Formats: sequence, C-alpha cells, structure tokens
Amino acid sequence: MMAFQHSQASHCESGVMASMLRHHGLPLSEPMTFGLASALSFAYLPIVKINGLPLVGYRMPPKFIIKGLQKPLGLKMRFETFRQPAAGVARLNELLDAGQVVGLQTSVFWLPYLPADLRFHFNAHNVLAFGRDRASGDYLLSDPVAETPVSCAPADLQRARFAKGVLAPKGLLYYPVGKPQTPDWQKVLPAAIKKTTRIMLDAPLPIIGVRGIRRLAKAIERLDAKNDAARTKLFIGQVVRMQEEIGTGGGGFRFIYASFLQEAAELLARPALNELAEQLIDIGDEWREFALLTARQIRDRDPLAPAALADKLRLIAEREHGFFHALRRAA
Amino acid sequence: MLDSEVPQEGNSTLAGHKKAVYARGGDGKMHLVQSAGWEVEEIVTRQAVDDLLRMTEDARRRVEAGQTSALEYHMHRVRMDIPLLAQASGIWQWRIRRHFRPAVFARLSPRLLGRYAEAMGLTVDQLQKTE
Repeated sequence: MMAFQHSQASHCESGVMASMLRHHGLPLSEPMTFGLASALSFAYLPIVKINGLPLVGYRMPPKFIIKGLQKPLGLKMRFETFRQPAAGVARLNELLDAGQVVGLQTSVFWLPYLPADLRFHFNAHNVLAFGRDRASGDYLLSDPVAETPVSCAPADLQRARFAKGVLAPKGLLYYPVGKPQTPDWQKVLPAAIKKTTRIMLDAPLPIIGVRGIRRLAKAIERLDAKNDAARTKLFIGQVVRMQEEIGTGGGGFRFIYASFLQEAAELLARPALNELAEQLIDIGDEWREFALLTARQIRDRDPLAPAALADKLRLIAEREHGFFHALRRAA
Repeated sequence: MLDSEVPQEGNSTLAGHKKAVYARGGDGKMHLVQSAGWEVEEIVTRQAVDDLLRMTEDARRRVEAGQTSALEYHMHRVRMDIPLLAQASGIWQWRIRRHFRPAVFARLSPRLLGRYAEAMGLTVDQLQKTE
C-alpha cells in the first residue's frame, strides 16, 4: 500500500479532494480544487432551518467539489450509499483492505476527536479513511481540519456515517476510478471562473449570489432588536458561525478563492487575475469586519443595531457585484 | 488578511486545536497559516453552545418539578431538537411530544426506550435518569 500523507486544510471537502488527488499522483493545492470546481458562492436559504435559524452558505452545497472536479480532471468518482449500516461498514473495510483511500461523509457530532464545543449535528463533514490500526481495529482518518491524522473507534465512525437529519450521509463513501490527468489549464480555468461569476451574478433565485447577500441584509434589518434581542442575537450569530467557524478558510471562503486566482494568474500568465485576487482579499477582510461588528453587538460591547449590520452587508454586496463583473471580463 | 494579522489570541472552543486559514504573505502570495483562534469565533460558538446548555438546564429543572420527562432533557443534552430526534429514532414528532409527559414516559415499553436510547447514543438506563 502506498504511504498516505496527511495535510491540514482550511475546508474539509477541498482538503479531502486535494489529499485524494495527490495520493493518486496529481498534486493540486486545496485552493485549486476549490476554484476548479467553482465552489465559491453565497446562498441565504430562509426555508432550510438549522436549530430554527436559516441556513447561510458561502460556498456551493456539499459534494459540489467532489463532483465538479470530475470533468476538468477527466476523473470518475464512484459514490456509494447504504441502507444497512453493516453493509456500509463491510464495504469500507473491503476498500481499505484493497489499499484504497476512501472519502467519507460524516456528522461532526459523533466524531469524538473533535473539540466538544464544535460538535453540532452538522452532517456534511468530509474525512478520508486510509487504514486501520491492526491491534485496536480503529480507523485511521485524515480529517482535513485536524493538524495530524486521527483515529476513530469503529462504533463512533459508524454513528457518524449513518447520522440522520438534514443532509444525512447514508454511509456515503467515495473514491476515484481511473487516474486523474493534469488538465489543459487554458481551457478549464477560464471555464471554472466563468461558472463562478454566473453563480454569483445570474442565479435565477434572488437568494443566491450577490442578490442573496442583499436579501440577507433585508432579513437582518427586519429583526426586532427592541422586543426580541435574544432571537436577533442568535440570528446574526448564526450568520457569522457559518462564515467563520470550523473549516472555512476565513472571510466566508473569499481568501481561499483569492489564493486560487493567484495560481490561475500564473498558470495562464494573466497578471490581471492577480489584481483581482487583491480585490477579493479586501472583500474577505470586509466579511471579517462584518463578523467583528456582529460579535461586538452579541456581547453588548456595541449597542444591538441590525441596521448597521445590514448596511455593512449591502456594502459587501456592492463590492462583490463589481468584483465578479470584473472577473467575468478578465476570464 | 496579512499572515501577520491571522488571529492568534486563542479560542477556548477549539480546545487547543489549531485551524488553518489562508492569508497574504510578504511576497503578496496567499498561503496557509495556522491560527490559534479568533475571539469573534469564540463568541459566536460560545453563544450557540450556551443556548443549548440553557435549554438543557431548563429541561432538567422541569424534570425535577415533574413537568417534563427525562427524554426532553436528554434530547437537549445531545443537542437535538424534536425534528432531528424524530428522524434519528423513526418516532413521529407528536409521539415524542407526548412522551415528554412524565406519566406517559414512565410507562414506555422497553422497545421504545431502546429506540430513543439508540438514536441518542445512550443506554436505556442513562435515558431514564437525569444525572
């Protein structure tokens, strides 16, 4: 079996794919897997509730990166889900025995090696299984957000893979068939970048892309800070948790994408993309400032003022609007 | 964000773990930098955890006052809500609400207790107590 090499990443799905591709002989950076799959986004989904609060996403939905890399890399990913946990366990063991490195969808709540405070019922956390400890039977996992490889008892991993609820993993495992190829950068990079600009600027629903940011601003403005301060704080806290908490790379994924643009600038010999990366770093910093303002209001260091947060979001929306139009021209 | 600006102030909710974020180096290139934690993240994570703890503690008090069953206490303790517990156990939401009544919960069949316990990763014995 080829020795597997763990490396820490800032986001689980791009990290898993970067490690998996490197293991199969194609070393791509984490930002490259993220950008090539056109994973950057914004979505405000008031209908999908997490603990009674709306879902806010700063990237495309789970599995988008794994699936999106197939076309540019000439790769076929195999996905398997299981109705019976026992079958899912047996299949994982079989693949590991055959020397395969296997991607798994898990619920963070049931992974005991993660910090207790971060273990919420979030079902779309990706990890790689790369072997088993012969003595204990524990699985050896490469969790992209962890600094080092970790191990996990079989009973815990089974719970994590078969957790129920929103985005239930159903034991999902995935691995590549065939060998990933170095793509024709001149072709795949502009296509990937254009796709991201379409998602951010032309989505048919007003809750996706730049319009989604404005929609969220409106929703925050409507919060009743006077009569229901507790709910207002939980709502704005949720927006920031989804932006900055475990595995985003900070700034709502804007920094990761800026890193991708810098790589693309070099591969395509287009310095204009470097300048755009600079702009996006600034926008990522605006998102971090929004997070800071929100946290200060939650802690009553500043008076609770949803309107001020909404204004900040509108400013960010304005800047992203300009940025993605410029990016479209440059691609 | 410059790599010198990556927050290193610590974040108790990370329990000593470090996370990796992308930041701009002196050469202008983005690269991965380890962060010991940002207070902003600590505040928003703590906020969510505290809210869950508050609901758990509130349920525990109501169990002691005989107003709800240990089932509700454990549901909050494992950070679930009624829709998630319903999906995890395969028991309808209205039945779960009914099982929050102490008298009803006390008469639950071992089979139903087993399903709740399994869904929450507890033993039946643990499920019936609020330790």
